[in-house]
This record gives sequence, C-alpha cells and structure tokens, in this order.
Amino acid sequence: MSGPMIKIQNLNKWYGDFHVLKDVNLDVQKSEKIVICGPSGSGKSTLIRCMNRLEIHQKGSLIVDGIELTDDVKNLEIVRREVGMVFQHFNLFPHLTILENLTLAPRWVRKMSKKDAVELAMHYLERVQISEQAHKYPGQLSGGQQQRVAIARSLCMKPKIMLFDEPTSALDPEMVKEVLDVMVSLADDGMTMLCVTHEMGFAKSVADRVIFMDAGTIVEENNPEDFFSNPQHERTKEFLGQILH
Amino acid sequence: MSNSIDWFKKNLFNGWLNSVLTVVCFYLVIKFGAGVIQWLFIDSVWEGTSQTCRQADGACLVFIKEKFLFILFGFYPREIIWRPITGVFIFCLLLFLTMNRKFWSKKLIYGWFLSFIVMAILLKGGVLGFVPVDSDKWGGLPLTLILATVGLIFSYPLGILLALGRRSEMPIIKSFSVIYIEIIRGVPLISVLFMSSVVFPLFLPEGMVINKVFRAQVAIIMFISAYMAEVVRGGLQAIPKGQYEAAQALGLGYWQSMVKIILPQALRVVIPPTVNTAIGMFKDTSLVIIIALFDLMYTTKASLQDPNWLGFTLEAYAFVACIYFIFCFSMSRFSQRLEADIKSKQEH
Amino acid sequence: MNASFLRDARNRAIIFQIMAILIIFFIGNFLYSNVSANLERQNIASGFGFFSKEAGFEIAETMINYGSQDSYLKALAVGALNTIKVSLIGNIFAIILGIIVGVMRLSSNWMIEKLSKGYIEVIRNIPLLLQLYFVYAIFVDIFPSVRQALNPFYGVYLSNRGVVIPSISDHVANNWIFLAHFVGLVGSFFWFKKCNKIFEETGVMKARYLPSLFFIFIPPLLVWGGFGFPLTWDIPQLTGFNFSGGITISPEFSSLLVGLVLYTSAFNAEIVRSGINSVKKGQIEAASALGLKPRLTLSLVVLPQALRVIIPPLTSQVLNLTKNSSLAVAIAYPDFLNVSNTALNQTGQAIEVITLVIIVYLSFSLISSLFMNWYNKKVALVER
Repeated sequence: MSGPMIKIQNLNKWYGDFHVLKDVNLDVQKSEKIVICGPSGSGKSTLIRCMNRLEIHQKGSLIVDGIELTDDVKNLEIVRREVGMVFQHFNLFPHLTILENLTLAPRWVRKMSKKDAVELAMHYLERVQISEQAHKYPGQLSGGQQQRVAIARSLCMKPKIMLFDEPTSALDPEMVKEVLDVMVSLADDGMTMLCVTHEMGFAKSVADRVIFMDAGTIVEENNPEDFFSNPQHERTKEFLGQILH
Repeated sequence: MSNSIDWFKKNLFNGWLNSVLTVVCFYLVIKFGAGVIQWLFIDSVWEGTSQTCRQADGACLVFIKEKFLFILFGFYPREIIWRPITGVFIFCLLLFLTMNRKFWSKKLIYGWFLSFIVMAILLKGGVLGFVPVDSDKWGGLPLTLILATVGLIFSYPLGILLALGRRSEMPIIKSFSVIYIEIIRGVPLISVLFMSSVVFPLFLPEGMVINKVFRAQVAIIMFISAYMAEVVRGGLQAIPKGQYEAAQALGLGYWQSMVKIILPQALRVVIPPTVNTAIGMFKDTSLVIIIALFDLMYTTKASLQDPNWLGFTLEAYAFVACIYFIFCFSMSRFSQRLEADIKSKQEH
Repeated sequence: MNASFLRDARNRAIIFQIMAILIIFFIGNFLYSNVSANLERQNIASGFGFFSKEAGFEIAETMINYGSQDSYLKALAVGALNTIKVSLIGNIFAIILGIIVGVMRLSSNWMIEKLSKGYIEVIRNIPLLLQLYFVYAIFVDIFPSVRQALNPFYGVYLSNRGVVIPSISDHVANNWIFLAHFVGLVGSFFWFKKCNKIFEETGVMKARYLPSLFFIFIPPLLVWGGFGFPLTWDIPQLTGFNFSGGITISPEFSSLLVGLVLYTSAFNAEIVRSGINSVKKGQIEAASALGLKPRLTLSLVVLPQALRVIIPPLTSQVLNLTKNSSLAVAIAYPDFLNVSNTALNQTGQAIEVITLVIIVYLSFSLISSLFMNWYNKKVALVER
C-alpha cells in the first residue's frame, strides 16, 4: 500500500485542562526508524501511546496502516494486532511461564493452534536469545531478560510497527546493551519502529529520523547526523546539552 | 495510579445499560429517601405520650426524648448526670484531636493521661466532694467507651509482647505465643466472654469475688491482644532484615534494638490495620450484653422493655446505630486517610 | 566458670525458658488447685461422663431427630449441625453478594458506585449484634401475622412466624429429573473438555457456556414433560392458622442468616474490590496492546492475579462468619454455642463444656487454615 505507515494530522490531547499534545503532525514511512526524545512531560510517551489507543486523542486524526483510530472497536482490534508495544516496566504476566506469555495472544487473538503458537514462540525466543528460559516464570528472570521476553512477546503477533516506550529506562546499566542489541537487529530486519528513549547512541546508529518534543509539540526533527551536530532550536540545544555530557 | 479500576469502569460498564441503571437507582433512592424523611421529619411526633405516638405514622421522637439519657448513661443517678456527660465530652474531644495528625505530640499523650484521671474521678466520685457512684451503676456509652479504651490500652502492649514471642527463637516462648494466639483467634468472642464469666470465678481462691465489669474487660483484653499480635507481626515482618542486622552490628541488645529501632518502624507501618482492629473491638463491646453488662447495647434493649413504651424498636435501634456509626465511621475515615498518607510517602 | 556460663547467649535462653516454664507451672498449679477446690465445694462433677446423661431440654430447630430424653452428646451434635447449616448457607450467599457489591463498587455508573459504597460503609460501622437484633425485630415486630402474611413472590410467604417457601414433594418423576440433571452436568463437563481440546489443536474456541446450560437444563425439562409436567412442587397453602406444605424457615434462622450475610458481604465486597485493584494497570495495557479483548483480558490476565490476592482474606471472612454465627445465642437460634451454654448451665461442668467449645471452633479454624495454606502454595507466583 502506498502512503505513510502512520499519518498523524493536527493531533491534540488534553488531560483535563492540561494540553499535553498540541497540533502534532507526523508521517512515518514503512521501515522507518524514528527516535523521539525530549524532557519529561513533553508528551512523547503520550504520543506513541495514542498510536495503539492506550491514550485517546480528542482532536485531529491518527491513521495507522490506512485505518483511522476512532471509537470504532473493530478498527481498534485490527490496529492492535498490527502494532506491537514494549513498555518501560516490561509488564510480563507473572502468573504465566515465559512460553505462555508469548503464546497467549497468538492463540486467543490470532486463533493459532497450540502447536503452531509454541513453534512461533520458540522461534522468537531464539531470536532474542533467551530460549532456554522458556519454562521459567518472569519473576525468575533479570530485568534485561524480561525486557527481551517482552519484545519477543510483541513480535509473536507479527506486527508491522513496533512502539518502544523508554524500554531501557528501568534497567540496570549492564543490562541495557542486551536489549539495545535486540532492537538494533530488529531495525536491521526492516521493522518500522518508533522509539521513545534517552539512549542517544542507539539513535545515532539506528535512527532514520530523530524527533525532539517539548511541551506537547514537535520542536525539531532531522536525520541523526544533522540533529546532533547542528541542532536548530534553542530548546533542542539546551536539551542536548543536558543529556550529552 | 497503577490499578485497573479505571479500565474496569471504562470497558465493562458503558452505554445504554448504564443510563437505565442510573434512572432506576435514582428513582429508588428518591423513593427511599422520601420515605425516610417522611418518617423522620414530617410525620414524626415530638410531643405527647406513647398513645400519641402509636396513633401517628411517623417516628416517635418522644420516645427518644424520654429515653436517651437512659440509653446513653444507664442507671447513673440523674442528679449528677452532668458528670458522665462531661466525661464523655472530654473523651470525644480528645478522640477528635487524636484523629488529626497535626495535633500529635507529647502534649497529646499527657492530655490523654490527664483526662483519664479526670474521667475516672468524674465517674467514680468519692474525691473532691463528688458523691461516689458504684461501678454497678455505670452503663451505656461510658461503659462501652471504658471497655474499648482500657481494652486498647492493655491489649496493644500485650499484643506486641505476643508478636515478639511468636518471632522468638526460644521454643518455649514461641510455642506459648503461638498456642495462645491460635486458640484465641480460633474461637468466637462470645465464648471468651462466657469463659471469663463462668470460668474466671473458678480459678480464684474461695471468697475472692471479681467484679463483672473487670471480668469482661479481661476477656476483651485477652481476645483483642491475639488479633493485635497478628497485626504487629505483620509489621515486624515488613521490616527489612537489614534493620535488625544494623542494630546488632551497632552492639544493641535484643530489647534495645526492638524498642529503639524495630518497633518504632514496625508499629508505624501497621497503624491502619491497628486502627481497624480497634474499630472492630469497639463494635465487639456490644457483645457484653450477652453476659448482662449494661453497655450501650443493653441499655437500648432495656429501654424497649418499659411497659409504657413498647413497640418503638425502630426508633431505639436507629438511635443507637447512629451513635455507633458516628464513632466507627470517623475512626475508619481516619484510618483511610492515614493509609493514603503512608502510601503517598512510599511512592516517592 | 560461672561468669562465661551466664554470658553465653544459648545458656541465657535456656535459663530464661526454664524460668518461664517454672512460672507457668506454678501459676497452673495454683489455678488447678483452686479449680478443684471450688468444683468440689459446689458439688460439681468432673469428666465427660455427662455426655451420656439425659439432656432434659428441647431444641427448637433440629436437623436430626432429637427429643429432651436424648443425651447431652446428641444435643450438642444438633447444635453443631445447626452451626454448620447456617455457616455453610451464609457463606455461600455472603460470597455471592460480596462479589456483586464488589463489582458494583467498580462501576463507571456514579449512582451504583456511590450506593454500593454507602451500603458497605453503613454495614461495616454498625455492630453485627445490633444488625441482628434489628433484622430479628423486623421479623418479630414488623412482619404481619400468619393470616396476613406478605407474599412477595409466588409461593413465598413472610410472616412473624418465619419464611415459608415451596418445597419439593415426593413424586416418582423427581428421581428421574435429578438423574437427567446429573447426566446433563456430566455431559457439559465433557463438552468443556472437548472445546478446550479443539482450541488447543486448531485455535478455534467454540461456545462453551451456552451449550453447557443447554445440557444442564433441557434434558430435565424433557423428562418432566415426559411425565406430563406433574406438579412436583409443594406450594404452601394457608389453612386455618398456619401454612401446610412447603418448608417453614424460622424467624431465628432467617434473621441470623440475613444479618450474617449482609454483614460479611460488606467485608467481602471490599476484599473483591481491592483484589481487582491490586492488578497493575500495566498488565491490562500489555494485554490490550497485544490485541486481547476486554473479556479475555479479564479472564486470562486480571482474574488469575486478582484471585491470588482475594482468596486469603476471603478465607478469613468465611471463618469469621462461622465464628459470628455464635451470636445466635442473642436471638435464640440453637447453634452450637447456645446449646453448649444450656448444657453448661444445667450441669455446671464449665471446664469440660468450654474445652469442647474450644475444640469444635478450633477445628473449623484448622480446616480453613489448611485450605488457605494449600491454596497459597498452589498459586504462589514463582520468583527468584
């Protein structure tokens, strides 16, 4: 299909009186990798959470893979199957084994047989290099391992787009690399990715575009080289000065 | 807020069903509320005799007017009834102050201590020219408050000791604590009250007689201390092992580390369930009616036995229900606020 | 050497415990001698021999045959059965009502949420005894006499003599109907298993619940029809001054049941609510993000985790209701404590009766502890 994978036009959202997203416009092409950064409270998490309607926008339009996100429940189901999300706090299901965590959605949403679902799950567990933990429970794994499982869980639904909401922020420093490595290999395979993160090394090596958000608007966007070497706006310069030291 | 309530609200209860339910509920509430107002205010009888009341449809407030002193204070001599009234007033005032954290200070504790003496003098008399009043005549609200307060004062430290005993590594102490706690928690309060009523006298040497109120009080203390012990045990378990170890490393002995380091933290953490246990105990004092003690519950029932004023059960029960409700509800709101305070401090 | 002997922590512990044992022993001895002396003085017998003596009192409600000429042991058994009856029925209703009110507390409908909150706050802050007296007073004082009994539903009558409901009469069709029910139950069980198997193999989940209901209710209906739809219910009829037919439930039992259920359900509702509350929002977000519909999220992700938090305190409430049933003594329902009390008053053998009371209630306690431990072990989340 032609046209952008995600098309956001004049997106506005309020939390009560607080205007958290102000007239956001964004187009994301297939296989594009976008890194969104900005100070806390800038609305970056809210923006990507709107893309699978974990947050609901009040004004403007958000079209994912040709389907507009509205109150239509059927459309929402289709979109949620095509968009995968990885959370800052992993959100693995503690009462299920790793394998069960991964096969849950394929069996109940995509209606796969147990055998096929397990095969699929093991494939992705190997992809994120954690297949030997398949029968353990989330509580028995380290943070880095849990996050890799979370990524594999989303991948089992064969999404076209992957959203990452600060995936490494809750990890101990020595475990950040193993998660970033998985994300890099995903990027190399051509996945469309939107990533909210502070990991600027990842942005420099993988992103096609880096977006800086502040106070609910997109202040600046550029390719990584130009973004980091030649920021245009004052606020961008200020932010970069704070995080790159 | 990391909970699922909002999601529940949004996803499971929506649309036309909601509107229908709202309308139906609203209608029911209005009808019920109107009925209550009708009964309590419009048709109610303020003046007259029991005859007037029976002929009317509404609440017999004359009954309340006649009986409220008896319900509240039992057989206390009418001429000096200002004494228990003052005592209860002081108590409520202190309770109100204690429920506001702003007022917590050493002065408050001294205040409680002082007021206990004052209240004892007011009730018992015998000094300062007050006419002495035997404890047989104490009844109604003062008795309920005494049972609850003295119960709390003694069961709390006893509960702490039991909790410490349960966590002790000395097998004798531990078994004794466990046996005590599990037996007491396994049986109903009524049976403990019966035991204190019937068995207690058997344990005493010949000729020694113990006051009925005292027996009930001991029963309540023994009963609640087992529940307090479990609450405190929860607090002790919540303290990280590192605290115990740090205290030991500093060279503090068992009792020193307990009193100075562990207990202050543990007790603070479990203030909400402690208050809930206290509220439960306050309600449980109503059970002493079964061993014929003139607490608030008994005086209410007794007021209904007056041959001149038969048949006003609804008025009497509603009246005493309000009294219990006011006390329990304020304490439970206090506990909820404390819990919210503690939670918000933890989330930083 | 004396000094280092006393400073050894282990020795101190032993000495401390020996002292504790001595103190307990002395106190115990003191109490024991007092008790024996007092019992002797009052000419009270000892031992459990009185169990076989004639009880000499009637019991208003019994589940087994009993008369005043039966033994004390039988009387106590009657009391125990009455306690079990009211606790079992009470707990079932209290849990159901607790779930309903707990879910109402989560409603987005402001009216329903506030009403349920009000119900919980009022019930929890008034003593149970007062509520029991209140309900009992409604039966005894407010309900009309039998001849003017209230008739809220067909076949159900409320009066100050209690509640009368239809019962199942003796009819040959009954056995076949029950058999059909049983067959239907077995059938629905197998249907469930079959659906799960198909789901495993193909990923398609066929309807499970609706056909189960079909299995459970249609065959009995057909059997009933086969017999010509006979009237196998015994509908109470007012004859003279009383009802004939049907089952009469005493006002004592009814008010005890209603009071216990209302009171315990308020606590159960809060337990249900906080259990569902304990499931973190992130869990639901992850499930939604994976495409799971709300109903599936509820059954696969939320409920399993919520139940872990709900079951332990709920078990405590089940035990509480059982202990609270002892308040029956206040409204003259012959539960175990009430009957024991009568026995105690008549024989004067307080120690023996109280020991029995402790043992019986402790066994209820033990059963619920065992269950709770088993359940906790079974569903414990596996962690490092």
